[in-house]
Amino acid sequence: MTPVPVPDPGPDTGDLLMVATGLRKTYGATPALESADFSIRPGEVVAVMGPSGSGKSTLLHCLAGIVQPDGGQVRYRHQEMSAMPDAERSALRRGEFGFVFQFGQLVPELTCLENVALPLRLNGVRRRPAQERAAQWLARLEVDTVAGKRPGEISGGQGQRVAVARALVTGPRLVFADEPTGALDSLNGERVMRLLAAAAKDSGAAVVLVTHEPRVAAYSDREVVVRDGRCRDLEQEHAA
Amino acid sequence: MSIGHTFLGLLESGPRHGYDLKRNFDERFGQDRPLAYGQVYATLARLLKNGLVRVDGTEPGDGPERKRYAITDAGVTDVGRWLDQPEKPEPYLHSTLYTKVVLALLTGRPAVGVLDTQRAEHLRLMRELTRRKATGDLADQLVCDHALFHLEADLRWLELTAARIDELASEVTR
Amino acid sequence: MSTSGNPARVWARDLAFGVRFAVGGGREGWARTLLTAVGVGLGVAMLLLAASVPAAFQSRSVREDQRVASYSDATHAGPGPHTLLARDAATTFRGNGITGELVRPDGPSPALPPGLSRLPGTGEMAVSPALHALLDAPGSALLRERLPYRTVATIGAAGLSGPRDLYYYAGDPQLTTLNDNAARIDHFGASSSEQPLDPVLILLVVVAVVVLLVPVGVFIGAAVRFGGERRDRRLAALRLVGADRRMVCRIAAGEAAFGSLLGLAVGAALFLGVRQLASDVTLYGLSFFPSDLRPETALTVLIAVAVPLSAIAVTLLALRGVAIEPLGVVRNAAPRRRRLLWRLAMPLAGAALLYPKAGRGGVSDTVGEIQVGAGAALLLVGLTALLPWLVEATVRRLGGAGSVPWQLACRRLQLTPGSAARMVSGITVAVAGAIAVMTLMSGVGTQYTRPTGQNTAQAQMAAYIDLPKGTDPGAVVSAFRGTPGVTGVRSATTAVAATVPALARARAVFARKHDPDVFADVPQISLTVAGCPQLEAYTGEHGCRPGSVYLIGEGDSGQPVVRPGETIDLAVPDPAATSAGSARPWTVPATARTGTAHVDATGAQHTGVLATPQALSTAALADPQVQISLTLAPGVADAPDQVRNTAVRFDPSDPTVMLSATDTSGPFSGIRRAVLAGATVVLALIGASLLVSTLEQLRDRRRLLAVLVAFGTRRGTLGASVLWQTAVPVVLGLALAVAGGLSLGALLRAISHTPGGYDWSGIGTLTGIAAGVVLVVTLASLPPLWRMMRPEGLRTE
Ligand SMILES: Nc1ncnc2c1ncn2[C@@H]1O[C@H](COP(=O)(O)OP(=O)(O)O)[C@@H](O)[C@H]1O
Ligand SMILES: [Mg+2]
Repeated sequence: MTPVPVPDPGPDTGDLLMVATGLRKTYGATPALESADFSIRPGEVVAVMGPSGSGKSTLLHCLAGIVQPDGGQVRYRHQEMSAMPDAERSALRRGEFGFVFQFGQLVPELTCLENVALPLRLNGVRRRPAQERAAQWLARLEVDTVAGKRPGEISGGQGQRVAVARALVTGPRLVFADEPTGALDSLNGERVMRLLAAAAKDSGAAVVLVTHEPRVAAYSDREVVVRDGRCRDLEQEHAA
Repeated sequence: MSIGHTFLGLLESGPRHGYDLKRNFDERFGQDRPLAYGQVYATLARLLKNGLVRVDGTEPGDGPERKRYAITDAGVTDVGRWLDQPEKPEPYLHSTLYTKVVLALLTGRPAVGVLDTQRAEHLRLMRELTRRKATGDLADQLVCDHALFHLEADLRWLELTAARIDELASEVTR
Repeated sequence: MSTSGNPARVWARDLAFGVRFAVGGGREGWARTLLTAVGVGLGVAMLLLAASVPAAFQSRSVREDQRVASYSDATHAGPGPHTLLARDAATTFRGNGITGELVRPDGPSPALPPGLSRLPGTGEMAVSPALHALLDAPGSALLRERLPYRTVATIGAAGLSGPRDLYYYAGDPQLTTLNDNAARIDHFGASSSEQPLDPVLILLVVVAVVVLLVPVGVFIGAAVRFGGERRDRRLAALRLVGADRRMVCRIAAGEAAFGSLLGLAVGAALFLGVRQLASDVTLYGLSFFPSDLRPETALTVLIAVAVPLSAIAVTLLALRGVAIEPLGVVRNAAPRRRRLLWRLAMPLAGAALLYPKAGRGGVSDTVGEIQVGAGAALLLVGLTALLPWLVEATVRRLGGAGSVPWQLACRRLQLTPGSAARMVSGITVAVAGAIAVMTLMSGVGTQYTRPTGQNTAQAQMAAYIDLPKGTDPGAVVSAFRGTPGVTGVRSATTAVAATVPALARARAVFARKHDPDVFADVPQISLTVAGCPQLEAYTGEHGCRPGSVYLIGEGDSGQPVVRPGETIDLAVPDPAATSAGSARPWTVPATARTGTAHVDATGAQHTGVLATPQALSTAALADPQVQISLTLAPGVADAPDQVRNTAVRFDPSDPTVMLSATDTSGPFSGIRRAVLAGATVVLALIGASLLVSTLEQLRDRRRLLAVLVAFGTRRGTLGASVLWQTAVPVVLGLALAVAGGLSLGALLRAISHTPGGYDWSGIGTLTGIAAGVVLVVTLASLPPLWRMMRPEGLRTE
């Protein structure tokens, strides 16, 4: 990854992994984000909470470079993301980020093993080693029994754990999880979160965890509340 | 729940007789258990002793009910500190929290801040319990889960209140 | 729920429910219904057009017959108040055939052709609207020069074969009945001149119709299934609120029926629209009036009934493989392996119908037509039954190895081989059918395309000019020499003679009976007068000098009919002669040499007596004809029209021909062109439906696409997987199409009893076009794919 030269040094990232300042995003006439700030340190799990429609997903999409914010900056390890061309941001997502969504993210026609191996294959890893790594991750998330099955044939909790395995298989520095337990009951949700938090911790990945469930947020190290498109970083306020 | 802080908060909007304080308190926070007169005057006496209130004036006649109380600067500071400080997360906190929110609204302080401070405290405890759960045995886990579910209920209440804070404000200050 | 009320009421209620779903369901629902309606409508319009073809050709040929110049009683009808002299005067301008009639009334009220209220007078003409436009066109100076008449009237529709017909009637005062120049007629209109089509051509027509209509059927079937998956999900929701399986089927049937009825309306509207455009369109030299395109009533009724019924049947059949349960849609198609056996039965049954007809040399009866048509249809439709099995069997063996796009495509095909096969079944049928027709045609074509023996390297045009009395052939030749664009002129003057005794006998009979037919029975001797270079070319001999004469045998015997030193009579009266004339003897020089006939540039052989002008003067010949062959300057586009303009100075009926090395029978080339045009239209139609179903599949996967983009998948990767996903079934379908088409073609060829190789270049072109259609469809689906690969898809409804 070649660092992009930025004329404006922007906010001091210090030892932070990602810093966003003044993010704005409007869909038509709907303001989804208004001047949101966010930061995350390496290996940190940050919960993003807030009522439905407050802009959590939009924040996550802006941070991950999936959508371009209308205003504000996102810096990832001293690189200004909004200045990158799409191809470069895609490469960043492929190599450095991992994603878990609420549902419907596994390719239905691939087996679970192939689904987990998919990000590696997209990064150019050959099939055999990719599937070996994928199998290890499936075991790590206690879903190695469903390796050969298709997503349609497994339970929701298993599917989310496969998705977590897929998000972590490339060894990302930052995992974006948007309501990863939103479609699960509390026991299964708990299990997914326990495995996700532990696995992320082990591999040193930071996690942006969007959720509206307090017990899920309890797996975080820190919490950010989004309300009406504004972020409140409670810890920073306390420190100030 | 701290009756003293509640009295201070009520006094912030203007000096009042002890009787008025009791009536105000009962209306807003007393629910089905009105304050006993004895408790009202005992509390006021303690506040007076601590220099948080002063006697604003005495009307002619007998008895404590003739005294009018006003909040001192120290009292105002004390209310602020109380509102800013999260409660120790424990079950059935809502009456205290509710009192705090209403007083914050009444005294023009940021009520959402009260809620956010509290939810941060709740979440801090929940994190701790979650961590303990990860290392403990099943008994530990079940105990932790019990606490977690209660805390979660409180947190949900906090969220709900935060979402309806404007509604509450218009009702309280009416 | 379905137990209440009598069955008819229940049906009506559920069908109405389906209709409500077809029109309700918001924009999405309407879009799907409209898509189905437009798809079905396109198919219906094609069917209606096909149903109009018989009537169209019928009314066209009726009008053509109505204007044929005819006479009631034989040749000798004398002039009368209603008679006129008429002479055919067809010509060609820039490759457009123009037909015309030169007329000269004998009396005050001559017979009128249809479309005219009076005959054009001297120097006047009546023209068809299309010819009028052509004459007025800026580049038509040569044509105006060729038809130097004043336009005084327009021929009405009743007198035209079609709106683009180029036709005229011109008044020519020089017409006579002498020399067969014109015919005296007393009315226009002949009884039908239709000649029965060759049995092989009937076979070709039957197969062509099947081949073009089966894909239309497949297309309609696909159109009815547009949006099927979404519909199934909705039906599942209905099951949740208590609808039973039968009810769900009835609702689906109602929806399909509504869509197809709407499709019928769209089809009728499209057909009417196309009909209005018909007058502006010339297809392979054919044009039709809108009123000519009348679908046969029986066929129209059949279409109106069969289309909705088969839409319902297709829907119910499709629902059979799908279990719609209250909690969702279960496709049991994937686990159930497709069986080869019954899928093979259909094409085999088709072959079994065709096989007994082998060696019959075509079909000549209705039963045979139906048997062959049904056999070909079964074989083609059988291919679509075989295709899902083939796709499934092949795809099952394709590993997940290879690149990511390949893996994605393979896995997707493994999961839903049926829908993949359905997507390309239309193309398979169309290509297989077209290959069969082309195979049959390449066999039939060798029969119907003959070498003409003309040598286009030596000459590109020829003219045959009956020399007017007293004209010197040299004047004709120099007129052509001076024509722009002509680089070489060769000429020969031909006439006939007879032996002296034979002609003397005929004169004696004529003197008694006054019947010119007696001269027609006299054996004729061909005479050719030309310069030495030509004579040497005609005879293959060398050493020709002025005064040389050659005697060339005719027929297989090769024996000259005249001997050197024999005297022949040059004055053979023409068949319309009124007097016997007197003999004009000419003695063949004793030095005349015999030789063998050689083919000249126009493909003709000169036999009989070939003489140089010094030996036999052209002035002595009776009714001589000058045969001219012309070399044209390459690259001069209007050279042929310049030549024609020169030729009509000597003969208004344009005595020129273009030379070409081969000659194709008229109906054959018409069928061939019609099949190619039809196959192109059908492939385009199928391409459209392919695009719709591809887009629909992509839209159903919008969320997944957005997720894949979120974790950094390149656009190219997804584009390639879409391409593979289409390409694999297409390759399989085309392979099946080639195999099936060649088999069907071979069977048909056995029936027509024609030899010949396979038209590999044609097959290659056709498969290439089909593959191109798929490529275009994939490319056209990429922009929507890019648009769908956006984060909006991540939003959860
Ligand atoms: N693609 C979009 N088009 C239009 N509006 C959108 C889009 N995405 C989000 N929004 C709007 O932006 C606001 C924030 O949405 P979102 O970030 O999804 O909230 P959350 O994830 O917190 O529920 C909502 O009002 C939503 O309707
Ligand atoms: Mg969201």
